[in-house]
Amino acid sequence: MLFRDLSFSILPGTVTRVEGANGTGKTTLLRILAGLNDAWSGELLWCGKSRNWHREEFLRNVLYLGHRPGIKALLTPMENLRALVAPRRPVADSVLHQALSGTGLDGFHDVPCRRLSAGQQRRVALARLLIADEPLWLLDEVFTAIDAKGVSAIEALLQQRAAEGGAVVVTTHHELQLPGMRSIKLGEVAAQ
Amino acid sequence: MNAETRPLIKPQESAVSTVAAMRAVFSRDMKVAFRQRQDLLNPLLFFVMVVTLFPLGVSPEVSFLREAGAGILWVAALLSVLLSLDHLFRHDFDDGTLEQLVLQPQPLFLLVLAKTLAHWVLTGLPLVLLAPVLGVMVHLDGNSIAVLCLTLLIGTPVLSLIGAIGAALTLGLRSAGVLLSLLIIPLYIPVLIFGTGTVAAATEGAPVGAYVALMGAFLVLAITLAPFAAAAALKISLSNS
Repeated sequence: MLFRDLSFSILPGTVTRVEGANGTGKTTLLRILAGLNDAWSGELLWCGKSRNWHREEFLRNVLYLGHRPGIKALLTPMENLRALVAPRRPVADSVLHQALSGTGLDGFHDVPCRRLSAGQQRRVALARLLIADEPLWLLDEVFTAIDAKGVSAIEALLQQRAAEGGAVVVTTHHELQLPGMRSIKLGEVAAQ
Repeated sequence: MNAETRPLIKPQESAVSTVAAMRAVFSRDMKVAFRQRQDLLNPLLFFVMVVTLFPLGVSPEVSFLREAGAGILWVAALLSVLLSLDHLFRHDFDDGTLEQLVLQPQPLFLLVLAKTLAHWVLTGLPLVLLAPVLGVMVHLDGNSIAVLCLTLLIGTPVLSLIGAIGAALTLGLRSAGVLLSLLIIPLYIPVLIFGTGTVAAATEGAPVGAYVALMGAFLVLAITLAPFAAAAALKISLSNS
């Protein structure tokens, strides 16, 4: 068992960091929240209602970015972003271009992703955050392979998102310091 | 990174229709496949090779080929679909696209149906289109060739749909190939029997309406049930990964 007696709320307008050493279940917790992992028992409420019974509404309102961000190596950043965003809301190409430029991918919009570096591929996935309208973000190791300048930009983005009233849950080993940040510590159960 | 200003949080109205989402899934799969055309040729090449090698290996007699031809083509098509199944979800699983697919607000089984349709268009349909040429090669008469193509047209989508269940179930495994075949082949056998049976009846000049109707029933059954099973299997595979 990874954890038990875990109880917390994720409130609008907050950034919540899931902390813990390797193997304490940070990613598992995030996947459980997103609905990708069913090997848990307990109660999970979305706006006071059972998440499992309001799955469609929940999924429309949550954005999950995992270790593997869903970027196809054979497609261009533009095609990837369109494929990821289009099922969630109608979006104009100009908005997608703007998002890609916003993540520093100018000049790479139409280059197949397999020619991009690991960091650039991560940035394609992160471009989603610039145009996402989902109120809840679940971000797993969001700073992986991102340079220092990019990291501070993401930090600013998370903070801005919280100020707008969004809720963000992140797992990271990077020292994340945001004012008003809450944290969930995992690993105490395993240590006992 | 500069974010555009976003609206305040509110429950969203249903934003994108299921049909639009299915179209997006379908067109992405097509795009990816056409960026990697050599992969598309594999099942086709296999199909052609098996059918070509059979007369060389067994007997080039016209009477033998006319009798066994439909069976050879059907078995070759079946195995060639089987070979392509592992790719159906594997790449999406590896790069995280599958996680995003499961988290789309639209019903997963319909998205799986769209993916399976793309798989059929890329593997099954080319086999159907190639079958007349190979039919001539094994000395089938015109009527039999037409019936053979019809059975393949109805039968190959069934193979893709049933295969999707197996591919989804074996997704988390290291070497899925053997288990996939063991799971799927028994379910393919009825399709094979009725597929070749239809052509045999046509060759003897018997009416084939009933056979074709039964194969149509297979197809309807597969379209209505297989996507549910495959979607459930995908969720299980992802949950265990």
